[in-house]
Amino acid sequence: MIDLSLHKGLHTAQGTMPLDIDITITKGQFVTLYGESGAGKTSILRMLAGLLSPDQGKIVVNESIWYDSTTKTNLKPQQRKVGFMFQDYALFPHMTVRKNLEYALSKNQDSGSIEELIQMVELGDLQHQKPSTLSGGQQQRVALARALVQQPEILLLDEPLSALDTKMRLKLQDYILKVHQQYNLTTILVSHNIGEIIKLSHQVHILEKGNIVKSGTPTEVLTSHKMSAKFRFTGEVIAIQQEEVVSIVTVLIGNNVVKIIAQESEIETLNIGDTVLVASKAFNPVIQKIV
Amino acid sequence: MMDWGPLILTFKLALITTVILVILGIPLAYWLAYSKSKIKPIIETLVSMPLVLPPTVLGFYLLVAFSPSSAFGNWINEWIGLRLIFSFEGLVIASIIYSLPFMVQPIQSGLAGLPKQYKEASYILGKSKRTTLFKILLPNIKPALLTGVVLSFAHTIGEFGVVLMIGGNIPGETKVASIAIYDEVEALNYDTANTYSLILLAITFFILLTVYLVNGGYLKKLGR
Repeated sequence: MIDLSLHKGLHTAQGTMPLDIDITITKGQFVTLYGESGAGKTSILRMLAGLLSPDQGKIVVNESIWYDSTTKTNLKPQQRKVGFMFQDYALFPHMTVRKNLEYALSKNQDSGSIEELIQMVELGDLQHQKPSTLSGGQQQRVALARALVQQPEILLLDEPLSALDTKMRLKLQDYILKVHQQYNLTTILVSHNIGEIIKLSHQVHILEKGNIVKSGTPTEVLTSHKMSAKFRFTGEVIAIQQEEVVSIVTVLIGNNVVKIIAQESEIETLNIGDTVLVASKAFNPVIQKIV
Repeated sequence: MMDWGPLILTFKLALITTVILVILGIPLAYWLAYSKSKIKPIIETLVSMPLVLPPTVLGFYLLVAFSPSSAFGNWINEWIGLRLIFSFEGLVIASIIYSLPFMVQPIQSGLAGLPKQYKEASYILGKSKRTTLFKILLPNIKPALLTGVVLSFAHTIGEFGVVLMIGGNIPGETKVASIAIYDEVEALNYDTANTYSLILLAITFFILLTVYLVNGGYLKKLGR
């Protein structure tokens, strides 16, 4: 069980943004943080790993206190049992794949686990190569294996798959799912990819400007717009044209540009750039703002 | 007959200075690269001062500070039994201060240029700051380390003003090559001056060439 209560003023390009998070994660769950860039997802992972200190709050993991602002407890990253996979992998360039994993061993740890991990991510043939000679997907597997050497309780994945092509992505999702189950991990993923989230996670938290605006299972949270409408699409408003009686809203849906006639009351809250839902209800297309 | 003493003394001075600078420079550069302390700009300025200050200014103040009539010089003299003016030990200390920026700046910018994830990844893997520095950070800034070592060494060889101010011209003690050259020219012994100068010229050329070859990766290309 992980109890997170984090408060921090994050410095962003637009000034200070308050991050206010209160979540509980059950042991063994696969949880995803979803949201726009700059919403604070990565900061949450960094606070959990001890790389960033909250201003206030508490981090309790399986009944041990990692951070508590009231008692000034703040465990160093070295003392926290987490595995962290960075967005750009952060493999040590001067070490071979195997050395990268061996470096992660703790003092009296048996090196037998290295062999097992190398087999698991299928890097046996590449183990004596330096990271720079590997492809993105291979580096990713090394990073995943390295994060597991110390047998962490929690695995933190910071958009680990964003730089990979779709095929590689699907393959690595399988690796991640496999290690999550095999090592009985509690995994927290930061991701932008809805397909990936639905495939991997038990629970998803949607972040917006430092706050969690929605939580639940991926299908509940990410596909909640499926209503009784005969057809529905989401798109982006690219133009709003005022005509005499009505307005014409031009919406980009996928790669198609669609023109929709709207009443004045419907366009009141609409701006160019808004994400909208376009749905048909009893032959009348309706248009309504969803974000 | 040429006296090899000044040349040997020069290299002895450069070697000792460089070794001490490696030991002092790495922690100082580490602190400067990562500290968020408010006094950091002041320390940075002090470290860089020898780059712009005329060597004679540095030499003059060291002379004043090291002199047995000053409180500091007297204290060193009485408690450690070291006389720092007109002595080899004094030259070593002066050279360390004089060449400090040449060691610290390459290492500092090398460290600052590394992705911070290397450090963070190492901490998360349970490694101490010390282990991280020696096993991860320093091996990844080898060119910067080499530059620091070689520039400090070469810069110490090229010292003149500081040595003249606090070392004087004592054979076997403070008469380094640059002083010897000046001395020979004063005595109109142009031939000897030329020999010393040529040797220094050749040595410094090859030292610097080695740095550029290694850091430019030319040696690796040849090896392939």
